[in-house]
Amino acid sequence: MAEVHLPATLLPLFPGLERRVDVPAATVLEVIDDLDGRFPGLRDRLCEPGPALRTHIHVYVERERGDLASPLAEGARVDVIAAITGG
Amino acid sequence: MPDVLVLVGTRKGLFVLQSDEQRRDWEVRGPFCEGWPIFHAIYDDGTIYAAAASDWHGTAIWRSSDLGETWEHSSEGLAYPEDGPKLTKASSLMKVNGTLYAGVHEPGIFQSADGGLTWSYFSGVEYEPARKAFMKPNSSPPGDLGVIALWNHPDDPQRMIANVQGFGLFMTPDGGTTWEPRNKGFRADWPQEDPDWQYCIHKVVTSPVDAERLYTQTHVGMYRSSDWGGTWEEITPGLPSEFGFPAVAHPHERDTLFLIPVDPNHARSTPGRLVVYRSRDAGDSWEELTNGLPQENAFLGVLREGASADTLAEPGIYFGTTTGQVFASPDAGESWSEVATHLPGIASVEAYAV
Repeated sequence: MAEVHLPATLLPLFPGLERRVDVPAATVLEVIDDLDGRFPGLRDRLCEPGPALRTHIHVYVERERGDLASPLAEGARVDVIAAITGG
Repeated sequence: MPDVLVLVGTRKGLFVLQSDEQRRDWEVRGPFCEGWPIFHAIYDDGTIYAAAASDWHGTAIWRSSDLGETWEHSSEGLAYPEDGPKLTKASSLMKVNGTLYAGVHEPGIFQSADGGLTWSYFSGVEYEPARKAFMKPNSSPPGDLGVIALWNHPDDPQRMIANVQGFGLFMTPDGGTTWEPRNKGFRADWPQEDPDWQYCIHKVVTSPVDAERLYTQTHVGMYRSSDWGGTWEEITPGLPSEFGFPAVAHPHERDTLFLIPVDPNHARSTPGRLVVYRSRDAGDSWEELTNGLPQENAFLGVLREGASADTLAEPGIYFGTTTGQVFASPDAGESWSEVATHLPGIASVEAYAV
């Protein structure tokens, strides 16, 4: 089970979605697939076709920059960040 | 229920302005769509649709069936295949022949037969000589808007015209299967691969009175057509600039048109005054409309979808600026007032009598 922290910008798009969720997953992609199953359309908000993470969506696994293929140990913390750009 | 609805798409969400038929007092509601940048919004059959593209969360079409009280969004099917071009944004929405269409960048058109719940690919404006050029990476003009308009001929739904930003108008005679250029009479002041296309057509409007009568505001000149875009005749003389973005056709008078020319180098009102130009003879002559508009130290921009008219008997004319002001005229341009200010930069304004 991964401990997943989602960006606040995602919550209003999917009623019922919470900022912190526990997800049974072995990779980051499995996290997103699981959440998409519970909240249809969520994958498109984080990923482009491919799939690949959208340019300004960053993922950290145990505070290290990751990607969709990053493996998750049991209890791993996953932070999904809507990266701030510009000024 | 308001009498008039004005949808204002901004860099930070959609705003809904509403008023009674007097159009003197306005209620401003918003921002909606979670503050996503809105490139265009329309109202059709009781539903507001908004084309949005978030830097974080991608492109989606938002919809509200209660004038903005509640919203849903969808991008299901609104994507190119994995090995295809990148869909960076939906920039235009059109209801054509009863179907909802979205024009997108990279250039293409998607359709929805279920009111925006799901989408499917409709056309890439497949006139191959031009398509090879406009699908090249980094070939789009600033803004990366792609297909910025699509409309049909009222007598033959199979005939449609698409406007591809920076490349011109293309007509399909067969419902989107084949396409051909429709740019005869336009000027270009840049090198062209082919004189049949590669024109920068900012905005085309159809006279609601006569579907054959089109007007356009381009990068180099304003034009009219009397044969549904088959040929174009320049109507720039009398205007202070040959450059501008929006155009508004009078809803009840075939030969009345509103334009807002701007400084071509800086895309702002010229010369330091905000002026709407009106022609009542299809562009043969022009008059300045300034009553209520700032006439000194006014350097404002209005984008291609930034102006519109309602359809009341005495039509209201509306436009929004890139610096967040909305100006409205309840009397076809005779007088103006600022009905919203301090909004985020405005990309689109669409007005409706509801």
